[in-house]
Amino acid sequence: MKIDLKEPLETPDSADTGARKINRRVFLGAGAAAAAGGALVIGFTLRRHFGHAGIADESAGKVAVGNPFDAWIHLQPDGSAELVLAQSEMGQGVYTALPMLLAEEADLDWKRVRVVQSEFSLGTGGSGSVRSNYLPLRQAGAMVRTVMIAAAARQWGVAESECTTLNSEVLHAGSNRRVGYGALVPAARAMPLPDAKNVKLKDPAHFVLIGKPTPHLDIPDKCTGAARFGLDVRLPGMVYAVIARCPTFGGTPAKFDATKALAVPGVLQVFEIPAKGYRVFTAGGIAVVAKSTWAAMQGSKALQITWNRGPHSTESTDMLRAQMKEALAHAPAWTSDAQGVNLDNVPASRRVESVYEFPFLAHACMEPMNITAHLREGKCEVWAPSQTADSMRSVIAKELELPESSVTVHTTLMGGGFGRRYQYDFPAEVAQIAKHVEVPVQLVWTREDDMTHDFYRPAGMRRMRGALDATGNIVAWSDHLADVPLNYQWADPGKRKPDGSELPGRPVYPITEYRTGFTPIESAVPRAWWRSVETSFNGLAVECFTDELAHAAGEDPYRFRRRQLQLPEIQRTRGKDEGPPPDRNRLIAVLDLAAQKGDWGKPLGPHRGRGIACTTNYAYLAQVAEVTVENDTIRVDRLVTVVDCGQVVNPNGARSQLEGGMLFTLSSILKEAITIRDGAVEQKNFDDYSVLRMPEAPALETWFIESHAEPHGLGEAAVGLTGPAVANAIFAATGKRLRRMPFRMDESTA
Amino acid sequence: MAQFPLDVNGHSRTIEADGEMPLLWALRDLLQLTGTKYGCGIGMCGACTVHLDGATVRSCQTTVADARGKKVTTIEGLGETEIHVVQRAWIAEQVPQCGYCQSGQIMSAAALLAQKPHPTDAEIDDAMTGNICRCATYFRIRKAIHTAAQEMRA
Repeated sequence: MKIDLKEPLETPDSADTGARKINRRVFLGAGAAAAAGGALVIGFTLRRHFGHAGIADESAGKVAVGNPFDAWIHLQPDGSAELVLAQSEMGQGVYTALPMLLAEEADLDWKRVRVVQSEFSLGTGGSGSVRSNYLPLRQAGAMVRTVMIAAAARQWGVAESECTTLNSEVLHAGSNRRVGYGALVPAARAMPLPDAKNVKLKDPAHFVLIGKPTPHLDIPDKCTGAARFGLDVRLPGMVYAVIARCPTFGGTPAKFDATKALAVPGVLQVFEIPAKGYRVFTAGGIAVVAKSTWAAMQGSKALQITWNRGPHSTESTDMLRAQMKEALAHAPAWTSDAQGVNLDNVPASRRVESVYEFPFLAHACMEPMNITAHLREGKCEVWAPSQTADSMRSVIAKELELPESSVTVHTTLMGGGFGRRYQYDFPAEVAQIAKHVEVPVQLVWTREDDMTHDFYRPAGMRRMRGALDATGNIVAWSDHLADVPLNYQWADPGKRKPDGSELPGRPVYPITEYRTGFTPIESAVPRAWWRSVETSFNGLAVECFTDELAHAAGEDPYRFRRRQLQLPEIQRTRGKDEGPPPDRNRLIAVLDLAAQKGDWGKPLGPHRGRGIACTTNYAYLAQVAEVTVENDTIRVDRLVTVVDCGQVVNPNGARSQLEGGMLFTLSSILKEAITIRDGAVEQKNFDDYSVLRMPEAPALETWFIESHAEPHGLGEAAVGLTGPAVANAIFAATGKRLRRMPFRMDESTA
Repeated sequence: MAQFPLDVNGHSRTIEADGEMPLLWALRDLLQLTGTKYGCGIGMCGACTVHLDGATVRSCQTTVADARGKKVTTIEGLGETEIHVVQRAWIAEQVPQCGYCQSGQIMSAAALLAQKPHPTDAEIDDAMTGNICRCATYFRIRKAIHTAAQEMRA
């Protein structure tokens, strides 16, 4: 995994100027932030990742207008340190892990470090925050430490090499002197900063903070009700808005009568907002503005609307499934290798063929979509629970026909993200509404709005075919995917063509003849990124099908994988997007430890079984699942995960992300499905969209391989792993191979 | 619209609302007590859980008229003078991820422990099944409830 480092490029003066432009909001810790003046301020840039999420408008790339930095350190004369970050916190713990990197290299007193959210936020997704910031934040920390030592050494007239640092102090052992960083700030401000490339980073063996389980700084407020999410924004005189949207995708209001809605006590205004097309993708509808959320919801229900149901009102899951089946019966629209050998003619002693199926899924964040805006005197101030506030600013500015510099977007805490808060629909809507309202207005999506107008994880089917030679080695593997693709939603409408972008990378096992194919299925159902994106459906197919091949070879699934990983690599030219080959030894190590910790091979009682799976997606991971299947009821008892993610920055947060990823996935494969009927989503709320609840949550064990290698992100790592481990365990328990999600023992593929 | 006197976290407050307004929105929009969360509006997710005379209710399914004359306790008032033992356990076990559902989880857990100081796993399942966590912190929630129970015993 490559770290694309943009090095710190500041002088203290320019950084100071930049920092003053931020309207900072103290995110954590008590008291107000000291003014930037008087502090040592270092600004730097962190790599922008997940570029796919940027809006087409080029200006979206400028995260802070006229500002060369997107992260800052403020070292205050009182010895406290602030890290100003553009990342969004949605429960993944970056507001603890990222300052740990800085504090480690700067030798800061952890108790005096706090995180401040900058007024804009960069795209936060793709499990990239720790991975891409590991080096820049450590370098920035080392710069702080270097300049502090330089200031102290000059003050004392001693050699810099004789000074050490600890807990925000510089020490000189020879003369038994010590001085706090705060006292050195005035001198340090006048000194040149060292070149980031030349600062000495710590030997990981000497880390004191990195690698230690560290409590998350934002957790206490989340236990007392003090944490403020997007829906908790409260401003003087504010009003609330709810939008009645057409249930069918692409439908519009033909006519409406607002009389009854306006008669609801507290309702202030009712007006139509038009749908927005490509890239913003709002449904449009009738907005009801009221003095309370409840009044807005009641007003919305009282609206009498005749809908023009639009051109897609006959679409259904049944129809899409029929098209997928038809597609799989024919040659793919796109193939990875059109001229290759016919896989049917590869000599083999056994052949396996299976069809897997996955449904649309909702993000169903616990906090429904919402956003608050105040438009006045040509300026718009916005409070957004957002994974990408800088792009949202572009969308809002465009809708309001204002320069971007007139729009300020504050990122709030968010009640779940999972990719949903990368979308531009709710920001565009609040801008449309703000044009009609003179006071601050909070747009609230009801749970029903959130469930029926999400951007869903794609639905699809795939035909997997594999062949084994007489020794049980994989000589052919093909995968024809027919799904409702992401890129047909997000590619420029004129540039849509089938490609391999939604297919998995080549499996880590040596496969002699390998081919993938793709056929797009057209649909009006909006799709977008959902935790781990395509890995959520690809990971399961690859590792379940590997299990099928193991059983066809008559070999234990763990032994089969292990043996495949020890075979010689197939000599081939790697694709330009493939990156370096994964390290098979690291994968074997996690596989072995998972088998050991997961009691692989030890007897289990009746109706019980174990399944195993491994992956090199996001990190090196292996998992053993234990299930009980009785009376057609699947119960997952235990999940044991082993991960080699390189250097673990905060084991507390890393474990938390893996645990969450395992159970989020379990929820999806056992319970969740969005289905379409008459052009609309059938599920409306948590009564008909079931998700995992406490009694269904298994015991979890997570083991880390100790490593100082470059860190990998873990927010999505477990998503491609738990599905196949559980499905393989169900097969072990029952002899029945389930291939259609969500899994049911009475599975029908009709 | 009528005036409703409410006893919220030991303070008497008077709100002007339709008697049918759910307590959830009275707390959030009229009293600015935003620790109680909206998740589904149909009593299926538990994010809005508060105590009414010590028992859990879904505040989205409880009208302000229902709450009149009863003691309403929200996450903001759970600890009274200091942080509640359940909140302490939640911090010790590092439960929350996004944190949005946790007010409701904590209110449900506190009511469970008030009734059953030594809950079994099955009793925890039963008491907590109405509270959804999409970050799926269930494993740590279970641990934190046992930790709180232990601390109460000590």
